[in-house]
Amino acid sequence: MLQQIEGSRAVAETVALCRPEVVCAYPISPQTHIIEAVGVMVKEGRLSPCEFINVESEFAAMSVAIGASATGARAYTATASQGLLYMMEAVYNAAGLGLPIVMTLANRAIGAPINIWNDHSDAMAVRDSGWIQLFAETNQEAADLHVQAFRLAEELSVPVMVCMDGFILTHAVEGVDLLDQASVDRFLPPYEPRQVLDPEHPVSIGAMVGPEAFPEVRYLAHLRQLDALHRIPAIAEEFLTATGRQSGGLVHSYRTEDADTIVVAMGSVLGTIKDAVDIRREAGERIGVLGITSFRPFPARAVRQALSGASQIVVLEKAFSIGHGGVLATDVAMALQGTNCIIREVVAGLGGRPITRQSLVALFYKAAQGELGALLFLDLDMDVVDREVERMKANRRSGPSAENVLRDLGVTRGEGALS
Amino acid sequence: MFQVRIHGRGGQGVVTAAEILSVAAFDEGRQAQAFPSFGSERTGAPVVSFCRIDDREIRTREPVMAPDAVIVQDVTLINQVDLFSGLSPVGYVLINTSRTFEELGLADLFSRFPRPHLVTCPATEIALASFGRPLPNAALLGAFAALTRQVTLSALQTAIRDHFAGAVGERNAEAASAAFDTVTIYQEELARAAAN
Repeated sequence: MLQQIEGSRAVAETVALCRPEVVCAYPISPQTHIIEAVGVMVKEGRLSPCEFINVESEFAAMSVAIGASATGARAYTATASQGLLYMMEAVYNAAGLGLPIVMTLANRAIGAPINIWNDHSDAMAVRDSGWIQLFAETNQEAADLHVQAFRLAEELSVPVMVCMDGFILTHAVEGVDLLDQASVDRFLPPYEPRQVLDPEHPVSIGAMVGPEAFPEVRYLAHLRQLDALHRIPAIAEEFLTATGRQSGGLVHSYRTEDADTIVVAMGSVLGTIKDAVDIRREAGERIGVLGITSFRPFPARAVRQALSGASQIVVLEKAFSIGHGGVLATDVAMALQGTNCIIREVVAGLGGRPITRQSLVALFYKAAQGELGALLFLDLDMDVVDREVERMKANRRSGPSAENVLRDLGVTRGEGALS
Repeated sequence: MFQVRIHGRGGQGVVTAAEILSVAAFDEGRQAQAFPSFGSERTGAPVVSFCRIDDREIRTREPVMAPDAVIVQDVTLINQVDLFSGLSPVGYVLINTSRTFEELGLADLFSRFPRPHLVTCPATEIALASFGRPLPNAALLGAFAALTRQVTLSALQTAIRDHFAGAVGERNAEAASAAFDTVTIYQEELARAAAN
């Protein structure tokens, strides 16, 4: 039923429809509303049978999910930012063991400096862990992706992370068409584990593997992700047939048919980008958008196909590899090897800096004029940067940059280390 | 698209107001998007929330920077926050106060925006009279409905009753109705004064 509902609430309701048997989590913004809502449903008996386990840390949350999943239970958790980093070792273990846990990642920046706002740094930090990573564009897609995630995870025995922009989606109240229990039950069969800890048929899970077999075990994990490249669009297609809704899949194109320039991005910023693209289209510019839903596995072939007609690709991403540049842009460049496409990297929205339609329209105009450089930081205030660089040059003990910049901007007052 | 920005302080129900407004618009068959400004949401700290209402899909995720209406829940923010930044030249201003624009030192707004679009409403007093607590958000939404006609009073009251259970919802719905009437009378007086 279509409801005007908070994104976190829509995800919690949908997760409950997936009948998880164990939910464990530790609160961290901006994920907290999701797990609170699931907790209430368990307590009220609306989600049953399900054990909600309060844990003492994110490391424990993922460890409990691993244990639960290994005993054959459908396991769910959610986290963000520092919480994800704190559970990092267990995140790798879940994937390495091939346990089909589903986790919501309410994307948030990583400190220091401490910042609770949205960007994609957290998701990028676990890019190579072996989890499937799906990015939602809207709250409707975030909700729908969870149903598909359980299905995909359990079919392939791989954990799946559903990434949704923290605050921008988790705290937004908008229309979401929630599925009913019967539809979810038809789409998502009971969990049939590939491996299970069962006293009747004892096995050990998590063996020490030496050089004689480690590469093969790793390669098998890679094969499962390659399988996912086929299963993700197939499951999205089935979902479309079952619900009439286009959610999930590998990539989504928008107005790319005759486009000279195609903007590539992930997550909720795609909406603002589409608005900006419509404005540039009205001005006669041939520009389109490619949204990437599946970041891991990276759908190189689908990306190459979708971008093949364009001469210029603008990859706009909410994260970057310090000392290098775009992360998504690097993957896109790999996918376009051997073509004549020019790739422009744009880093935007770090730490919650708003990505405005006005800035995007100006950016796309510059792109059409061929004026974009290889790497651009959208709406970066270079004067602020330059002044801190000067302070560092002028004095050895210039003090902490974050605090200096805040004082410079008048956000905080008081005696600085130096001015 | 009609865009609303609500200014207030943590604890005054600023985020809830945007959500209830979006639900009322949704119930009337429109598309709506409400979200907070994700600042430091401490009690008493300045807080902003947003609501967009449209007849087509709302795709943008940027904060509302060029609102069609600004609602000020806490008048003490006047000297602290740039409340009217980006407001459309034909935009609406609704301030929770028992004082006039002149008394607040905001008479300059008269030359910047259409006079009938500028309204003050003693929403805190109305809330105190209705349910004994200084929570002005439901009353202000009633005043907003009278001022902009973007949602009907009855849709608002339904959304308010859905959000606050039982007697609390009923009292808040009454406060919205009282504020709606106050602003309607205020506007009629303005119109009469203008005609004279």
